Amino acid sequence: MEYVVDYRPLWAVLISLIAAGLIMLHGRRPNLREAWTIMAAFGKAIIVFSMIPAVLAGKVLEIEPIQIAKGITLHLQADPTGMVFAVLASFLWILTSFYSIGYVRKLEEKHQTGYFASFAVCLSATMGIAFAANLLTFFVFYEILTIATYPLVIHKRSDEAVNAGRKYLAYTLIAGQLFLVGIVWTYVLAGTGDFQAGGFLAGVAASDTALKVIFVLMILGTVVKAGVMPLHGWLPTAMIAPTPVSALLHAVAVVKAGAFGVIRVIGFVFGPQLLNELGVASVLAAVAGFTIVCSSIIAMNQDNLKRRLAFSTIGQLSYVVLGAALLTPLGLLGGMFQIVAHACMKITLFFCAGALHATAHLDNVSELDGIGRKMPFTMGAFAVGSLGIVGMPFIAGFIGKWNLALGALAAGKPIYVAALIISAMLSSAYLLPIVYKAFFKKPVSSQHEGSFPEEHSGPKEHGEANKGMLIPLLITAAVSIVLGVYPNAGAHLYDLAAMAVQSMVEGQVIGGGW
Amino acid sequence: MMEQLPALLILILLLTALASPFLSYISGRIVRWTALAAMFAAACCAIGTLIRVLAEGTWHYSFGGWEPPWGIEYVVDPLGGGMAVLIAIIGFLVLVYSGPYLKEENGLRIGTFHALYLLLATGLMGMVVTGDVFNLYVFLEISSLSAYGLIAAGGYKAVAAAFRYLLIGTVGASLYLLGIGYLYSVTGSLNMADLAQKILLIADSQAVLIAVVMIMLGMGIKMAMFPLHGWLPDSYTYAPPPAAAFISGVMTKVSAYVLFRFFFYIIGAMNGPIPGALQVLGVAACLGIILGSVMAIAQSDFRRMLAYSSVAQVSYVTLGLAIGNVYGLIGAMLHILNHAIMKSCLFLVAGGVKYKTGEHGIEKYAELYEKMPLTMGTFMIAALSMVGIPPTAGFFSKWYLALGAIDKGMWVFVVVIAVSSLLNAVYFFRVIEQVYMRRSKKPEDTGKSAWKISAELPLTMLLPILVLGVSIVVFGVFNEQIVTNILQYALPGGGF
Amino acid sequence: MIKELLASHLVYWLIIILFMLGPFGIILQKNLVKKLMAMNIMQVAVIIFFLVLGQKEGATLPIEIHGLTGAANYINPLPHALMLTAIVVSLSTTGVALALLLLLQKKYGVLEEDELLRRMN
Repeated sequence: MEYVVDYRPLWAVLISLIAAGLIMLHGRRPNLREAWTIMAAFGKAIIVFSMIPAVLAGKVLEIEPIQIAKGITLHLQADPTGMVFAVLASFLWILTSFYSIGYVRKLEEKHQTGYFASFAVCLSATMGIAFAANLLTFFVFYEILTIATYPLVIHKRSDEAVNAGRKYLAYTLIAGQLFLVGIVWTYVLAGTGDFQAGGFLAGVAASDTALKVIFVLMILGTVVKAGVMPLHGWLPTAMIAPTPVSALLHAVAVVKAGAFGVIRVIGFVFGPQLLNELGVASVLAAVAGFTIVCSSIIAMNQDNLKRRLAFSTIGQLSYVVLGAALLTPLGLLGGMFQIVAHACMKITLFFCAGALHATAHLDNVSELDGIGRKMPFTMGAFAVGSLGIVGMPFIAGFIGKWNLALGALAAGKPIYVAALIISAMLSSAYLLPIVYKAFFKKPVSSQHEGSFPEEHSGPKEHGEANKGMLIPLLITAAVSIVLGVYPNAGAHLYDLAAMAVQSMVEGQVIGGGW
Repeated sequence: MMEQLPALLILILLLTALASPFLSYISGRIVRWTALAAMFAAACCAIGTLIRVLAEGTWHYSFGGWEPPWGIEYVVDPLGGGMAVLIAIIGFLVLVYSGPYLKEENGLRIGTFHALYLLLATGLMGMVVTGDVFNLYVFLEISSLSAYGLIAAGGYKAVAAAFRYLLIGTVGASLYLLGIGYLYSVTGSLNMADLAQKILLIADSQAVLIAVVMIMLGMGIKMAMFPLHGWLPDSYTYAPPPAAAFISGVMTKVSAYVLFRFFFYIIGAMNGPIPGALQVLGVAACLGIILGSVMAIAQSDFRRMLAYSSVAQVSYVTLGLAIGNVYGLIGAMLHILNHAIMKSCLFLVAGGVKYKTGEHGIEKYAELYEKMPLTMGTFMIAALSMVGIPPTAGFFSKWYLALGAIDKGMWVFVVVIAVSSLLNAVYFFRVIEQVYMRRSKKPEDTGKSAWKISAELPLTMLLPILVLGVSIVVFGVFNEQIVTNILQYALPGGGF
Repeated sequence: MIKELLASHLVYWLIIILFMLGPFGIILQKNLVKKLMAMNIMQVAVIIFFLVLGQKEGATLPIEIHGLTGAANYINPLPHALMLTAIVVSLSTTGVALALLLLLQKKYGVLEEDELLRRMN
């Protein structure tokens, strides 16, 4: 690895923070305000994408460390692992920005200024998490993300939203404190918290018990955001947030920050080798496997579409955790790519759910009969996303799962392959009926039609979702397919993920190897 | 001039304080401007002193040509100098803020307010620069007496609270006096540096033990250490807002500083009864943090909540002392600084809301962010800092405390630090929810027009709040500068 | 006998009893003025304590008398000087306290604590 001083990671973080300030300033001029969002989104994406070639060439772009506490620095670096996440988040933010504008304007939401500003801050925090070069930096942005998401969760200002916000904070803040204790302990033991591919705790003089406790603390801190059961409670509740929030944050940024944290902890703090010796990762793998199956079963019983998607998210995120916890190169690779694949597919699904909500005012699965005839593109994209989640080849999800399954076999744990297969079957059971209903069932003739002919004519005469929403969701659906066929398309995400995994397991022979 | 800075620090404030009531017969404006000028001058002196101390080491300043240990000397080391700067700057900002509050008062009341305020500053300043333990007692009483007066200015409930504070506070001061009496009886000295040398030989004697117990109890009362905090909630709740902000910000911290001075400089952390005393301190701190936070959750009055939170937060400082290693002490000192800023800021916000709405109940904070966006934004920052969300200042004091506690294997402390953050989150997010979400229970039609009008505070009140709010973030991000350039020289052992 | 006792630890026990009367009274007395008096007693105890510290068998006032040289012949003046200050402090504390009590008395017409609290709320 060659280290190059470069301030682009810092700018990637700052640009949306600056935008957040500008958005607050221009709260009374919606067009200008939204212009800042769009500009920041494109600017961020350009900055992040411009770093891809250098990172692919084996360089690590890092800023000069900023001293933030005695002996500890605020340090950002763009390594392959972080790039995967950063590229993903910055790309999807562009689409979400357009989608958000279409969505909130259609619904005439209140508090739009705070909404867009919080969103921008969230993206800054996400970039910070992706590029964090040590534990403290990671934690700083992790907590900022927690706080910045809170206004979005409570966006509706209803009692339900407030309760969801409380629940969200309770889970994430407690997790944050546990994480903090783990981090401080690490600094005390190792004297450093700088992420190092392959882990830096291996040579530290500490008892196995201490290391195990640190691992548990850190994993507890991260998996709460990733929604691994039994710590998933906040995620379905937080679906009260506006759909773009659910789409980008609760399917991509926040929850993936948790999953990404698991990868950082496993690959860059402990290292697969040390964890293999400690044997704690297998517990995590078991929990993840349990979550994968269990959440799918729960998802089948959810009638509210967003809740169903939320439980699906919980299950899919555990794929990432599982991949990391298997400690095999292919497992890690599968996990890394699952971050990308699931993000594209799930954001498509959430976009569709939001489009249904905003255009047709439909929130429940049971009401979706025949909707595909009115909104063919939306539901078409939904079908693509669903098939991807199920794991159909030639859609992005398949690549991650294939590698995961191989990784599980390499680790000598075929039971997880079984879990993957069961989960795939279950997810087809909870997602594909929606597609079927939308396209092949006749619309229910509303009984209310007679009683309220005038008032209800509006929502019934809707057509396809407006362009602000439709185009982004079609793009994400298309991206899901493209990545499924050619995973290196555009941003070389597959190569980056492979590089990241290679760096983590360099020189180590674990399980089956490549 | 430069040579006399430590004396000027005290004299400027003292003389202006004494002149204030007389000046007020001429005009309230004159009092105000003189007081502001004096506070500003004192701040400049304090900064000048600190800069010189950092450059040239501890500054010994003897009064009247009497050499210590016979004469009284002022000793400014980085710790005392830093405290002096903190007191002067917070004092100045709060004084600026107090302007609109005093507009309706008559001239004499303005005069007495400023006199008491400046006397309080004098006392606190004196406590941190003096090198003589009896002189410290005198300054302690000066600051306490003026604090009683200031608190009593907040109405009749405040008078009762001030009286109770006076009784308890005097017990504390008397205990302190007894304590130094014991030290004097075995060493024959009142000079801190001299005491430190003489105590080394007799640190294990009973007299030192009794002295330590007395000083700890006395200062424990003054700094509202659990379970000696009974006077604090009422006093802080009913005091006039500017007084509450200043008193809550620095007064308890200065008492904590005294404890720090005695335990780590005069007697020495390893000597005689100090390790035992530190253990007691640690237990009290843990209880104070948890119970103070729990009590804060139970309050419906915003200022009362802040008052109980102060009990908890001061315990962080003692917790740092109890941890006792480099990181713990840095955490303690940093928390003195951070908490002074955060709590002053929060009390100023509380005062601002009272100024605008006349109410203190948390339920009255509904929807305030539409009316006072800047004030409430600052409140947000201060609250997050209290919870310990990075990168605000509050996070880093907790960081150092946790680092120290884990380094020493004090797991109970680690748990307490983590749990208390969550408790802080509970009571602050309760208010944040009110501020950002609850509709005020006004009828919809009048409410709507009222929301359109921004009712931000007057500039003199807003500016100090904003300055404090910004410094919370700045001190968070640049805390390393503070630690390397100031605090590490303030450590008893002298740096890392 | 008494002299010996006083010269040993007894005097300190007396001071402690005197001192403890203070907190005792502050806590148990219901009348605020009596609380204040208890506080005064406590301060006096501290003052006596310091004066005892300065005392010396067979020594005289610290004013130079011709022919009497050597520090052993004079009592220690420093505690007296300190206690002058302490008396002033105690005086001003009492003054402030009385001023506060006057305010309360004027407003509520009573200085019994429980009655006062009842009228306040």
